Amino acid sequence: MKHFGGKVLFLDRSDINTDEIIPAKYLTEISKEALKPHMLEDLKLDGFDPDSSEVREARVIVSRGNFGCGSSREHAPWVFEVNDINVVIASSFARIFRQNMFNCGMLAIELSESDISSLFDHKAAEASIAFDFGGSRLTISSAKGSRTYDYRISEFDRALVEAGGWVGFADAKY
Amino acid sequence: MKLTLSEKIFRSHLKDEPFPGTKVLDIDVVMCHEITTPVAINDLVARGMDRVFNPDKIKVVIDHVTPAKDTKTALQGKIVRDWARRHQIKDFFDIGRNGVCHAIFPEKGFIRPGYTVIMGDSHTCTHGAFGAFAAGVGTTDLEVGILKGVCAFREPKTIRVNINGTVPAGVYAKDIILRIIKELTVKGATDCVIEFHGDVVKKMSMESRMTLCNMAIEAGGTSGVCMPDRVTVNYLWPFISSEYADKKAALADFKKWWSDKGCSYVRVIDIDVSFLEPQVTYGFKPDEVKNVTELAGTPVDQVYIGSCTNGRLEDLKVAAAYLKGKTIAPSVRGVVSPATPKVFSEADRLGLIKIFMDAGFCVTNPTCGACLGMSNGVIAPGEVCASTTNRNFNGRMGKGGMVHLMSPAVAAVTAITGVITDPRTYGKGGAA
Ligand code: SF4
Repeated sequence: MKHFGGKVLFLDRSDINTDEIIPAKYLTEISKEALKPHMLEDLKLDGFDPDSSEVREARVIVSRGNFGCGSSREHAPWVFEVNDINVVIASSFARIFRQNMFNCGMLAIELSESDISSLFDHKAAEASIAFDFGGSRLTISSAKGSRTYDYRISEFDRALVEAGGWVGFADAKY
Repeated sequence: MKLTLSEKIFRSHLKDEPFPGTKVLDIDVVMCHEITTPVAINDLVARGMDRVFNPDKIKVVIDHVTPAKDTKTALQGKIVRDWARRHQIKDFFDIGRNGVCHAIFPEKGFIRPGYTVIMGDSHTCTHGAFGAFAAGVGTTDLEVGILKGVCAFREPKTIRVNINGTVPAGVYAKDIILRIIKELTVKGATDCVIEFHGDVVKKMSMESRMTLCNMAIEAGGTSGVCMPDRVTVNYLWPFISSEYADKKAALADFKKWWSDKGCSYVRVIDIDVSFLEPQVTYGFKPDEVKNVTELAGTPVDQVYIGSCTNGRLEDLKVAAAYLKGKTIAPSVRGVVSPATPKVFSEADRLGLIKIFMDAGFCVTNPTCGACLGMSNGVIAPGEVCASTTNRNFNGRMGKGGMVHLMSPAVAAVTAITGVITDPRTYGKGGAA
């Protein structure tokens, strides 16, 4: 199972699409590692710098609604994975992106809009998030204090994370 | 129990329910292209599991970058080419016979009502036009599909859209779907299938239905779906004539997939298109849609006609009707990519290719081309493209560029004037 948790990158916008996460021109790469420098390169977000230390050190992304919409490219979870980001927390996800995350043994966690807003209260305060995967709980901590949230993922998604992805799971079962 | 079309397909294809709410379906067609498949192939090889579940149910095309533009894309082509040979996948379409996946696979008769279809491509929803459950998936789902012929889904809910009224001249399926996406927003159909009903859909060609279903994903939809009817039978007849006594028998069989009267929908949307204007997007999301009159006069640098949304013969006919005898504005670069070799040669036979060339368009080979900014037709920072494609995301056609989505009719007249133009007030109109 992958390691989950660490410093948070806040992306304060809805509808962040997979072209913004990894532009199509890099889809000619056939190794995941080669995608690494191009994460979030075309993200349309005021003041966002893909080369900042905040982005480089991030281990968890917190964003708004409909995260990962657009193309089906699994290069989007892969570019996060090779940058050591194994979790995205958002108020909702596009279907294919969410499934791709779990299929890779990564976490796409949905919280209510009000919970997401309360996570964003930590935005300017170097927040980090710790996970209790077995207990389905996450805790955010920063200079603003700390708070624990319960989250829900389906039994199937949990099994995929524990199996390290869908290929191993499906090969054993079907 | 009253069921929707997709619920019927889920029941008939259910292989397993490993956990409550997770349905593993048998897949009828696994489609592959050279961008999302090579990593799956390499991973299967690395795991010592280089197998395919059934070579006859796997369809492969090289379409996104073709001819290869550099060593990397040549290698992507080689990986799928070698793999298709190694596993005797006979439906493999390489350069010279290749075209945009969602245009060429239906044209070859690979899709049937009631089928389950997956591909590592979000616009797989296009094939729902035949009454299939067709969903885009990522590379891992594709890999499992190739290996085992199964895919796991949460059963989607269904949104019903009734499209009625009289389609005005100059208005087409593309305008209708853009209007629907505006209503649904880019996430309004997440985890839903969108069913298209109504008199307008009944009268639509399969090409127009594919345009409708193609953009279901732009509202977050898993698949777009039309009920398979006489139009579907006629389109598929060359491929199914040996399976049925006559067209009536085929129609009767297809009807078993129709959503039952009284089935449950999460949402019903009624649209009267009688007063619909041509629609054009203005931002970086496909739900940012306005009437063409509000954007008229916006200068453009490039006009692109093609893609799985609007690169079929019907689309080229509409555009050519406006372009005949005209020259495009000197400030504009015009690019047209017929979606398949069949579309190309039919367009040639009908004199459409000459119309495009005489007008000053560059006619490319069948390919995804400018649609996703990976090969030809990339625009420069600050440039604007009027495009018949399906996505206007920031950077989609080139870093710093802007894409306005529109119908082939709006694109054609825009090419002539150099600014976004209403086809209804420019020269002659046309019917949907
Ligand atoms: S034409 Fe564009 S949207 Fe369609 S499959 Fe090709 S790249 Fe994707």
